Amino acid sequence: MIPHLRPALVLLALFTLLTGLAYPLAITGLAQAAFPSAANGSPVTVEGRVVGSALVGQAFAAERYFHGRPSATMGPDPNDPSASVASPYNGASSAGSNLGPSSAALADEVRTRVAALGGGPVPADLATASASGLDPDVSPGAALFQVARVAKARGLDEALVRGLVTRHIMARTFGLLGELRVNVLALNLALDGLDH
Amino acid sequence: MTSDLLQFVLYAVLLTAIAVPLGAYMAAVFAGEVRFLAPVERALLGAAGAGARQSQYWSAYALALLVFNAAGFALLFLVLVGQGHLPLNPQGFAGLSPRLAFNTAISFVTNTNWQAYGGETTLSNFSQMAGLTTQNFLSAATGMAVAAAVARGFAARQARAIGNFWVDLVRATLYVLLPGAVLLALVFAFCGMPQTLASAFDATTLEGAKQTIALGPVASQVAIKQLGTNGGGFFNVNSAHPLENPTALSNFISTLAILALPAGFCFTYGRMVGDRRQGRALFAAMALLFLAGFAAIYAAERAGNPLQAGLVETVSGNMEGKEVRFGLLGSTLWAAATTAASNGSVNAMHDSFTPLGGLVAMLNIQLGEVVFGGVGVGLTGMLLFVVLTVFLAGLMVGRTPEYLGKKIEAREVKLAAVTLLVMPLGVLVLAALAIAAGTAQGSAPNPGPHGLSELLYAYSSATGNNGSAFAGFSADTPWHDTFLGIAMMLGRYGYIIPILAIAGSLAAKKTAAETAGTFPTHGALFVTLLIATILIVGALTFLPVLALGPIAEQVSLLAGRTF
Repeated sequence: MIPHLRPALVLLALFTLLTGLAYPLAITGLAQAAFPSAANGSPVTVEGRVVGSALVGQAFAAERYFHGRPSATMGPDPNDPSASVASPYNGASSAGSNLGPSSAALADEVRTRVAALGGGPVPADLATASASGLDPDVSPGAALFQVARVAKARGLDEALVRGLVTRHIMARTFGLLGELRVNVLALNLALDGLDH
Repeated sequence: MTSDLLQFVLYAVLLTAIAVPLGAYMAAVFAGEVRFLAPVERALLGAAGAGARQSQYWSAYALALLVFNAAGFALLFLVLVGQGHLPLNPQGFAGLSPRLAFNTAISFVTNTNWQAYGGETTLSNFSQMAGLTTQNFLSAATGMAVAAAVARGFAARQARAIGNFWVDLVRATLYVLLPGAVLLALVFAFCGMPQTLASAFDATTLEGAKQTIALGPVASQVAIKQLGTNGGGFFNVNSAHPLENPTALSNFISTLAILALPAGFCFTYGRMVGDRRQGRALFAAMALLFLAGFAAIYAAERAGNPLQAGLVETVSGNMEGKEVRFGLLGSTLWAAATTAASNGSVNAMHDSFTPLGGLVAMLNIQLGEVVFGGVGVGLTGMLLFVVLTVFLAGLMVGRTPEYLGKKIEAREVKLAAVTLLVMPLGVLVLAALAIAAGTAQGSAPNPGPHGLSELLYAYSSATGNNGSAFAGFSADTPWHDTFLGIAMMLGRYGYIIPILAIAGSLAAKKTAAETAGTFPTHGALFVTLLIATILIVGALTFLPVLALGPIAEQVSLLAGRTF
């Protein structure tokens, strides 16, 4: 065992420097130079104000906005720091619901959400929590489902809002990979842009 | 549906197209023929000392590996416990509790990357980089070294030594993992993954709320976590997080990276033993098992949750715990790959999969992580089943079993049979202990049969060195931190040491010429026998307990029963 100690300790130390420090720091330098926005979390700025990340979902509850998916993230309770409470789209603490398929709690949640949406069947992504709690997207069906509500709240023509949604449907990568989807933040920013 | 099929076909074609040349390249690396970083290699081995080049007997090779892993464990443990006093800690996180640090250090040294902690809420950038990223490289390189030594042992003729651990370790890191990780990290950064030393930025949302978005050196850690079948993510939800897996493209590339090296090792092996047909046969067996697992998970998730019938549109399948940008195909293909390969990263919450989808993910692990498996160790795990299969075939026809012209005798079969006990010991015995000690109920939040599935998945994942979880399970308790740590060590060294011993024993044997009576180990008949052996062993061991967990849950679901 003793003869193996020196190579073990020396190689561990050198590889910690090489793979644990030099590698991530070099990638940091390269990524910051080549892809500065992505390397810093793809922030979205409106009139000099950071309103979110293009990649991360945020909570929308107002009638006049399109809503994202249910989110199961938690945050610290403002009244009791040792406890946590539901805090949808908490970007500092990602989480899914981790409720099993036979869970009564999940069945109740889905039933409540569907009732709030006016009864089913609704697009599945509107009634189920995402894996990260930060899903930035909804399916095209889920966005179109909300057109009437948003148009009414804003006093806009439904056809106008539907056209806006249709223009925001992102295609599959190379026409093949992933799913058709709508980025909720981008869509809502465009909606706000209609007012100006 | 059509686009799902096309995506899968593209995946299978690209994976094979990558694995074949990568396998050839790794064979050249381990033969010492790749030299573009020769000065660095010389400097590292020179600093390591004079003994770091001589070829070793299998037991010296294994001991070197154990000492190196023990040193890695000690360093990582100290970094995690002491992170409050170390640099690059902008959030001021305190050190981990000793028992959580114990569990996490074992987890990363054994290439499991089980996460009993939430990354963005617990670990400093220094811990993530110098601690975890380092072990992501070194645990993967350890597994690759084992595969190289075993292939050499199987190929050698009346030799004593099977190579030098330090040389294999350095070459695997310098010529395979490091260049691969640099390339992949830059591609991931291009796809939108953050790479910064800042820990977060604040935004004011359109509705006027404050949103803090966690950041860090994500791309560099994700690249090696995928390449080295590590799986330990930067964020709590791993590759489901939109900053850890931003687009359909990053998802597709990640899924390829999960299986690239494990699949490549089949072809490396064929070249190293001088008979490429042997490598192709192993690849065929793994690919068929993978295809079956993927098809089953996909079908189960596509069918959806019967409790939601009438409430949600059935076309989307089971979307609880899945992300829209990956959809059903992207989520289930990843689930099949990550559990087959002992990677353990996730892009969807396996806890919320349908019972049968979750069952297949769990069974992929319980088969012993031989369906591609971890880098290097997946191949050697498969070779243990090869030894058992030629033994069974020999029994059937009444001949002394042979593999690659070498007689498989009592010593090799006994060693291979011992490894069959590892999974049942780690999964069934330790899970039973946890239940008997009353620690299971508090940690498994879902009541009913799903709670048992959560516990079983945890111990399967730890013993299989996978690292994925039914993530509702609260693993950070004194009992589970300790026993999951033991399961991870058992699952790692309980395979590595016997297979190195078999390699040492085969290396010393004479190679007999092939005759008309030799049972060929590269044809369809052998591949079929090999698959049957794996499935029969796995089914006999785990079917009873799976009947109490996921199968009972599926039956309850169909009856409309909730818990």
